[in-house]
Amino acid sequence: MTTVERAAASSAAVGTPVLDVRDLSVSFTTEGGTVSAVDRVNLDLASGEIVGMVGESGCGKSVTAMSIAGLLPDSARVSGSVRLEGTELVGARESVLRRVRGKEIAYIFQEPMTSLNPVLTVGRQIGEVLQVHERMSKRAARARAVELLSLVGIPSAAKRVDNYPHQLSGGMRQRVMIAMAVACGPKVLVADEPTTALDVTVQAGILQVLRDLRDRLGTTILVITHDLGVIADIADRVVVMYAGRVVEQAPVTDLFAHPYHRYTAGLLAASPTPGKHAGTERLQEIPGLVPVLSIQPDACTFADRCPAADARCREAAPPLEAVGTAVTDHLAACWHPCPAPRTQPQETTA
Amino acid sequence: MTPQPNALELEDLVMHFGPVRAVDGITLTIPKGRVTALVGESGSGKSTVGRCVVRLEKPTAGVVRIAGTDVTQLTRRQLRQHRNDVSIVFQDPAGSLDPRMLVGEIVAEPLRLSGKRITRRDREARVAEELGRVGLRAEVARRYPHELSGGQRQRVSIARALISEPKLLIADEPTSALDVSVQASVLNLLADLQRDIGFACLFITHDLSAVEYLADDIAVMYLGQLVEQGPRERIFTRPAHPYTQALLAAAPVADPVRQRQRQPVLLGDDLPSALDPPSGCRFRTRCPLAFDRCAAEVPAQVAFGGGLAACHLVQPDGTRPDVRAAADSSEVLS
Repeated sequence: MTTVERAAASSAAVGTPVLDVRDLSVSFTTEGGTVSAVDRVNLDLASGEIVGMVGESGCGKSVTAMSIAGLLPDSARVSGSVRLEGTELVGARESVLRRVRGKEIAYIFQEPMTSLNPVLTVGRQIGEVLQVHERMSKRAARARAVELLSLVGIPSAAKRVDNYPHQLSGGMRQRVMIAMAVACGPKVLVADEPTTALDVTVQAGILQVLRDLRDRLGTTILVITHDLGVIADIADRVVVMYAGRVVEQAPVTDLFAHPYHRYTAGLLAASPTPGKHAGTERLQEIPGLVPVLSIQPDACTFADRCPAADARCREAAPPLEAVGTAVTDHLAACWHPCPAPRTQPQETTA
Repeated sequence: MTPQPNALELEDLVMHFGPVRAVDGITLTIPKGRVTALVGESGSGKSTVGRCVVRLEKPTAGVVRIAGTDVTQLTRRQLRQHRNDVSIVFQDPAGSLDPRMLVGEIVAEPLRLSGKRITRRDREARVAEELGRVGLRAEVARRYPHELSGGQRQRVSIARALISEPKLLIADEPTSALDVSVQASVLNLLADLQRDIGFACLFITHDLSAVEYLADDIAVMYLGQLVEQGPRERIFTRPAHPYTQALLAAAPVADPVRQRQRQPVLLGDDLPSALDPPSGCRFRTRCPLAFDRCAAEVPAQVAFGGGLAACHLVQPDGTRPDVRAAADSSEVLS
């Protein structure tokens, strides 16, 4: 067992709640007026869980993730509550947030090159985290950096530790980012489009590293992506966002087998899947665009693009409620949920 | 000249940028009216091939033949009359549409440049017709690109590409910058137009699910060279080259039950540098099946019934290697 694993073994058992987001709303003041980006989002992350968050651009995925550890700019107005094992982070003092960031909650972003400092070796950059948060000596931090680099699957880590970011490939850089993120054994790792800039052969390796971290260190991971293949590969549970709201959440197999919300069903039908060819089948289109909202209306924001929408959808926002009969952990916010699993498409009776 | 020339013929195409060997000997034929996908990872040289075909780059060596005409050595002036035969659609519609031009002017520009005399009324009618064909209202002609959404802009670039009625369309990652729902509508549009108009298409992409949806034939590129080509169904069901196998195994499918039963083939992260590609087979540094001969000898393109593959382990009788068996002998390549 490495020191990294020993440190993690002492953390909480799998399944206990780690992060609890309640009624989180975020809006921005721009030149064009107020823009509501996130609207009353509730989200629980249990220890050792990998949660995937999907939605198209402009649905509020990244803003939700950034607001967790107070990474949003001053122009953002955040309300609601984000609790990390009981500690409130919304409105917390900067000194509290500084202790949490990097140590308790760590981030990985899409483009590793812009997140790494080009004039410092990767060893220095990983070591810095440990010197600040763990008050390690320079020498100990370097030794731990080598250990971390091999943990994320970088071959000949003892040599790579002295490399500068430009000497590494895109996949290697993303592994360095992950090593830096998990250096202090964070409870929650937020990965915002971690593989979007990478090729598929490299992506497979990065997803494997994330899975390993969960299995070996028990890290809770929130993966944000627009790629349903990545979700199908790595997530235990899926949260679907649309126009700032959570519209559906479910265990991954349930969600793909039977999406209840019309937006989720639309997303799944729009993606090309194995065996589908233009000669025999068409991809299902979702007409229209994700709306940019200045105020969140008391209505379903998907109604204008939805094949099943009626007057009720435009008069009241559907609550996020349990759907289906057997499963209780499948929630959807829809007045007219899809009646049948998607393998047997049916006309709506709603 | 034959009565039915191929839409595109590339013969040993080479494009070097100084010491960078971006494209290093590509031979590829696209018959009239067929869609060939050119797939590969970033840095494999697939976009450079597209740029050589439309002569945005002048190839270092080799031949580019469009609809039977060798365009490789033509001067700018001579090229003009062949410009109508081939068009290109780029990945980023915001960057490829002039922000100061009205959509109508953008779509009509190929007509203007073709040098043919056409009245203003005819030109406007052609633009309206073309916009209608890509699913936009005629009024869009009086808008500027910034007033449109990403999907609409990509429709405008498709309209511009098709107004000259080209025999060949180069589509370079046309849907990669778009969201899933918009991507679906653009893929459907390309499929419909291709079926109705019958142009041939070189579809350059890294998105394998889009390839399966749109392509008739597939060519797989690795570090400036083709490693495999063949019909879509054969490539997806029985990939021959270890790289094609690894690529298909690595692309996740949007189905958690199936995805979790698959076994990924993990390649090393590093695509070798195109400055100094590996000797012999260029894929050998990442290939789980590489052996002595791979470093010593460049593999020839082997014809084996289902297409071509450049691997020492592929035999003309259809014998092929299996990288997944190498990783786990219990897994059968499906």
